[in-house]
Amino acid sequence: MQTEVKFAGFGGQGILLSAKLLAYAAMKQGYQVAWIPSYGPEMRGGTAYCTVVISDKLIGSPIIKSPSHLVAMNRPSLEKFDDTVKPGGIVFINASLIPVRSQRKDVVELAIPVNDIAIEAGSVRAANIVALAAFAAKSKLVDLDLLKKCIKEEFAAKPKIIPLNMDAFDRGVAAAQA
Amino acid sequence: MAKVLMKGNEAIGEAAIRAGCLNYFAYPITPQSEVAEYLSKRLPEVGGTFLQGESEVAVGYMIFGASGAGERVMTTSSSPGISLMSEALSYIAAAHCPAVFVNIVRGGPGLGGILPSQGDYFQATKGGGHGDYHLLVLAPDGVQEAVEMTMQAFTLAEKYRNPVMVMGDGMIGQMMEPVEFPDDLKTEPTNKDAWATNGMSTRKSKTPNLVKSLFLDSAELNRNNLDLKAKYEQMKKEDVQYELYNADGDYQILIASYGTMSRVCRTAIDMLKAEGIEAAMFRPKTLFPFPEKQVYDAAVKDSCKCVISIEMSMGQMVEDVQRCVMGKKPVEFYGECGGEIPSPEKIIEIVKELIG
Repeated sequence: MQTEVKFAGFGGQGILLSAKLLAYAAMKQGYQVAWIPSYGPEMRGGTAYCTVVISDKLIGSPIIKSPSHLVAMNRPSLEKFDDTVKPGGIVFINASLIPVRSQRKDVVELAIPVNDIAIEAGSVRAANIVALAAFAAKSKLVDLDLLKKCIKEEFAAKPKIIPLNMDAFDRGVAAAQA
Repeated sequence: MAKVLMKGNEAIGEAAIRAGCLNYFAYPITPQSEVAEYLSKRLPEVGGTFLQGESEVAVGYMIFGASGAGERVMTTSSSPGISLMSEALSYIAAAHCPAVFVNIVRGGPGLGGILPSQGDYFQATKGGGHGDYHLLVLAPDGVQEAVEMTMQAFTLAEKYRNPVMVMGDGMIGQMMEPVEFPDDLKTEPTNKDAWATNGMSTRKSKTPNLVKSLFLDSAELNRNNLDLKAKYEQMKKEDVQYELYNADGDYQILIASYGTMSRVCRTAIDMLKAEGIEAAMFRPKTLFPFPEKQVYDAAVKDSCKCVISIEMSMGQMVEDVQRCVMGKKPVEFYGECGGEIPSPEKIIEIVKELIG
């Protein structure tokens, strides 16, 4: 069984970090993982995307044209990748920045205003953690407590921002379950 | 040891440290600059030397200098940078010096692009620089192998006193995968007092060593070429590495591929199997010495109708495959360039066309 998650957004929205945290938690849970960033010219234009592959066996092709799920943090990302998601997958939409919705009828849409929730938690910079938590809660790809632990570990060198990110995480989970 | 999640470029840097390499000289270029970034921080921590050269040409000769002095040394670059280092590579090979060069290949020719490619196969295996020389070339298919092969590269470089290249691509450099580091390489470069210009004070012999690539006497130069040739023949006997995938049963087609491309082929082979079509893969892990007999044996199997080399190039390794299969089976080719990578679906389509 293999699952692929594409994270996409503007440079600076923490796409690469969200993806890395998911990959890290899945690795800790015993899965094979790969984290594949876009580093080409499109990145230089401001859009960043990154694919995480999670599998119970050795990962073959790192080239993923149609991911199982999409986490879209801005409108261009949704418009660019909406069509590529496999039927039945989750299309996660950052409703704070994306006024439109998925054009698909065969996916599970989850629209959450992650920027607004992050601001409530204390900083818009935690929007990626809100999104990651909400997506993880909906997709159940990894254990939520383990993922939370991985986030703590990631921010170990900056202990001041851990409470903010923990709060952002909990709010993200709550929003997905609401 | 626990697995860590690391980017290929950083893992290659860490592998060099664990292989006891305390000298790293480089000039930054995408998509491998993270190796330099990582080692600029790590090397001072372990008492090593990180030096950014003023150009790749300079770096090539810094490597020659350290290597000639018997030091374990590495550089990393990407395609255009390796072209600039190729003169030094020829000198280092001619002078029988061990050194490790990592090429995280990007699309070419010229400045090309920054996305993954396998367009430097000819450069890596057939020369690059001038004269009769070869590098020993290792081709990892992911971050774990990039680590193992980088460490192994030092041992092989010292075994043969020959430059060794680890040839990855932008995908391997940029992606993160779980890595388990092998045990640290504890051995010192052996027998370096016999050849390296490492100073007279600790040495028993009173004759100074000379590291050189100039042989004006024709017989002497011929002898140096014969010595080099003998090493390449020994590599072919002792250090060929390869993998066969899904090759135990009766397969209809043999796919030859290496590096990142081989992972896509692996996926395609699994998908074909699910449809009842048997395809096998031949994956050289050493591009030089090329697994000549192994690809021949896999190709001539009765059930195998044809061989196809699939590459992120316009057809380079295919020439080695054709050479080794010696016309016993048709050898086809498919490739894409510039950062485009043939998809599993495309490979399946081609395979179905070929086997009818």
